[in-house]
Amino acid sequence: MTTLTESPTTTTADPVLSVHDVRIRSQVDDREIVKGVSFELTPGKVVGIVGESGSGKTLTCRAVLGILPPHFEVSAGAIHVAGEDITALTPARLTAMRGSTISAVFQDPASYLNPSIQVGAQIAEVIRVKKGLKRRAARQRAIELLTAVHLRDPELVYGQYTYELSGGMLQRVLIAAAIAADPQVLIADEATTALDVTVQAEILDLLADLRDNAGLALVVVSHDLAVVAQLCDEVLVMREGEVVEQGPTDRVLYQPEHEYTRLLISEHEQYGLEKFLSREGR
Amino acid sequence: MTVLEVTDLDVHYGLRRQRRQALSGASLTVGPGEVVGLIGETGSGKSTLARAVLGLVRPTAGRIVIDGEDVTGYRSRQWRTLRRRGVIQYVFQDPLRSLDPDVTIADSLMEPLLLQGVPREEATAKARTYLARVRLDEELLARLPGELSGGQRQRVAVARALITEPKLVILDEPVSALDAANRVQVLEILKDLRDTGIALVFISHDLGSVAGIADRIAVLYQGELVEVGSARDIVAAPQHPYTRLLISSAPTLRTASAGRAEREALRALLNA
Repeated sequence: MTTLTESPTTTTADPVLSVHDVRIRSQVDDREIVKGVSFELTPGKVVGIVGESGSGKTLTCRAVLGILPPHFEVSAGAIHVAGEDITALTPARLTAMRGSTISAVFQDPASYLNPSIQVGAQIAEVIRVKKGLKRRAARQRAIELLTAVHLRDPELVYGQYTYELSGGMLQRVLIAAAIAADPQVLIADEATTALDVTVQAEILDLLADLRDNAGLALVVVSHDLAVVAQLCDEVLVMREGEVVEQGPTDRVLYQPEHEYTRLLISEHEQYGLEKFLSREGR
Repeated sequence: MTVLEVTDLDVHYGLRRQRRQALSGASLTVGPGEVVGLIGETGSGKSTLARAVLGLVRPTAGRIVIDGEDVTGYRSRQWRTLRRRGVIQYVFQDPLRSLDPDVTIADSLMEPLLLQGVPREEATAKARTYLARVRLDEELLARLPGELSGGQRQRVAVARALITEPKLVILDEPVSALDAANRVQVLEILKDLRDTGIALVFISHDLGSVAGIADRIAVLYQGELVEVGSARDIVAAPQHPYTRLLISSAPTLRTASAGRAEREALRALLNA
């Protein structure tokens, strides 16, 4: 891992994603659900968002992708993806941007795939639409992507259906589809939550590979501070729509300032593996 | 005397060609007041082992002794009598599944006692006592499960399991559906139980979530108990390749994915 003491905001490269004081309002009861989130992401960097369900982390991601659910709106702040203000984009431009500039994977991979179409064909479709490749070339590229996400026997997987694949394999397929159009930013929202621990580690390793090899910038969202600690340069801790703590990962882990962050850390130290392991050993 | 003694347990599911072994040769003992973490991933057999101990699935070989009573050949009626005595209790991951949504918390808590023939007055008093033991306010007694938060409901489920003064409580992923504050609170309550002599068996897919509360950890992999040892030994000096993979995969607050090369080597070893 690179130096963690330096905040990513101090680097010179242009940010691929910049979120500035974003507030999200529910139009139904006129309540502010997300109360000011800011962060910047440059190529090859990873930002983590930690929080319980209902803390606003997923809404923040959806705002960034331009896919807020009905009756939610970004009421203040600015979101720039690759320099463009996404709140000013037409729906058509937003659709064009999704996948090719910014992409995402979520918790339950099976629900994002059509069960009656071969998984490989679904990736090839993304490539045909987003990259304009012909059928044969798209198929070839899809197989390359399945190889890139470390699926054994990618040719076989190409022709399989969702029910034939395990949760970890499905998440790899979804990641392959998400990176098919060479995005600069990938959002992983609880992407490893439903997986077994050993499979989770494989997916986190894969995300680290994509960061290192393709310079992909990542937003990793999790309820588990430890998952975020594995990958991220900077961490945001959210609670009830507010960012209660934000800073370089090492600073947040070793000198937490907010009581909620301290609770998350002390849970690990009292009840987790950390009880038997020294904190320093890396 | 041990509270639970499982010896060479085999469980099969399915018939003829579909027949598949879910558990093979599992042996485990749990002493009074002991906290044992039963760790395994999807399909490892951890729920099968728990179901066998609760009499919900019949083992094909081996022996189960609960509190000195050999229950291996028990028929369903004998199991029902045993469960009614409340020697062994079970707490589910999702308390909404175990608490009747139309029954008040007070009635839910008292039900196992009334079934045993405990007088209503005494049962009411006990319901108050046990609600206090899980650090919940008395005023919740009149409420319905739907009016409680997830954390409160899980604590009610724990109180209901304790009210028959069991020797052994099996908890299936008791904290994985809760948020951080409630997880810590439920774990604290369970830790306090240790002094009362009640044995606890935690079933979890996530070693990290229970390692700190368990005295001993039993690791299941593909239907076999591959390693049983003290929590410290399992975490700090795992022996079996699968246990080593599990430990190096578990995310901790120590940054850096240093164990990656080791994980890949272990995976190759396990798949060989």
